Amino acid sequence: MTAVLEVRGLAYAYPDGRQALFGANLSIQRGERVALLGPNGAGKTTLALHLNGILTPGAGSVTVSGLPVTKANLAEIRRRVGLVFQDPDDQLFLPTVAQDVAFGPANLGLRGAELEQRVQEALLAVGLPELGDRAPHHLSFGQRRRVALATVLAMRPEILVLDEPTSNLDPASRRELAEVLESLDVTVLMVTHDLPYALQLCPRSVILSDGVIVADGPTGELLANPALLAAHRLELPYGFSVA
Amino acid sequence: MGAGSAYLEAGLSPAGRSHSSPIQAAPAQVKLVALIGFVCAVVATPSMTMWPFVVQLLVLAVVAGLARLNPGRLLRGLAIEVPFVAFAFAMPFLATGERITVAGLSVSVAGLWGAGTLLAKSTLGVLAALILAATTQRAEFVAGMQRLRLPSVLVEILSFMVRYLDVIAEQWHRMAIARASRGFRARNPTSWSALSGAVGTGFIRAFERGERVHLAMLARGYSGALPEAIGAARAGRPVEWGWAALLVATSLAVTSLSWGLA
Repeated sequence: MTAVLEVRGLAYAYPDGRQALFGANLSIQRGERVALLGPNGAGKTTLALHLNGILTPGAGSVTVSGLPVTKANLAEIRRRVGLVFQDPDDQLFLPTVAQDVAFGPANLGLRGAELEQRVQEALLAVGLPELGDRAPHHLSFGQRRRVALATVLAMRPEILVLDEPTSNLDPASRRELAEVLESLDVTVLMVTHDLPYALQLCPRSVILSDGVIVADGPTGELLANPALLAAHRLELPYGFSVA
Repeated sequence: MGAGSAYLEAGLSPAGRSHSSPIQAAPAQVKLVALIGFVCAVVATPSMTMWPFVVQLLVLAVVAGLARLNPGRLLRGLAIEVPFVAFAFAMPFLATGERITVAGLSVSVAGLWGAGTLLAKSTLGVLAALILAATTQRAEFVAGMQRLRLPSVLVEILSFMVRYLDVIAEQWHRMAIARASRGFRARNPTSWSALSGAVGTGFIRAFERGERVHLAMLARGYSGALPEAIGAARAGRPVEWGWAALLVATSLAVTSLSWGLA
């Protein structure tokens, strides 16, 4: 069976010469929820930006359901890979929520009733069907994060890539987002250093450290290995125990 | 009527909301055209006569009444006109020509008329713009300009401004609080270097945000132009254009009549 996401020997250096990835390998099957763990500066966001062709690898390759990420395939790749950015204010740029959710599917060529239905479906999936007319800056931060998720769900992606989905969320918004993510029938790669959240939502985790994948296994097992965590600057919150 | 209008009629656009009066409900492009027509008529009115301005003020009062606007708030909005007022007050003293004495001060007759006309014209223009602003959502302006076929780059820039003005203002405010929390007070030119540093940082942050927004747009398939279905206003109904035309025609008629009498 073809993996939804296949990353092979991915290496990348920024134009200023700083190298962020040194040959990362990752394979994700349909329906999996995987956490990509790593300390700040490990290259997590850089890896995420390769998955839909925003960055072009210096070496190695990325394929999405068998389709290589190349210039020629970019439009289809961006439909298949839904990237939710860390700051919803970066993602939500149109005057109303409904317009913003419609932006992705409209870029795919949808119009009229079909487009409207996509918008409603995506807003419903994140539990905010009544917010279509609101301006993004009038929403709470938690609502904006969920609307940002809806803008990507409206494109019906094959894999959802979430960059630090819990950053700046209060505990209630965090739980609401978890409920939404658990209710979705979609493959998820969650980039985070929020280890309890990874444990709650993702049966499998990989650890990215210094630009390579250094561990790959069941989240519970990885988090129960204090030596492994310490070696890669990962720490469980005070008082938190995996057992 | 393209496919986009079905999307809009389903209530997904700002224009689809329920409105408290026909003026609020009219699409922004109709109101913009009416405003421009009205202001042109006001500007073209000859000086040395005051009655046309009174009639034009009545026209605005009717519009404001129909829109159920709070007169107090409109008048407070006129504060933006203060620089013009200051200039208008200087005119009778600075202008040359025949002079008369008013309350012991020698003033120019032409200057008095000039000041009066300037005040009347700017007040009417500002009032009309305030009425437009009070009856139109920011997002509707953008949609209306798109409908008027303004260049799409211009409309997109305005739409980004509408969206990010608050974000950037809030960021600037947070930076100001952080400066003040460390004892900074901008009181004399020695604080300018700190302020200029803050302006520079603010600019770089806005620039970087622009880059991140662009990346996020690319990630959703942006290819250089906003899809037409996004955010276009509904077309103005004939009756709405009719009312706008009546408003402009009335003020133009007043202007031509005053030229005829002058």
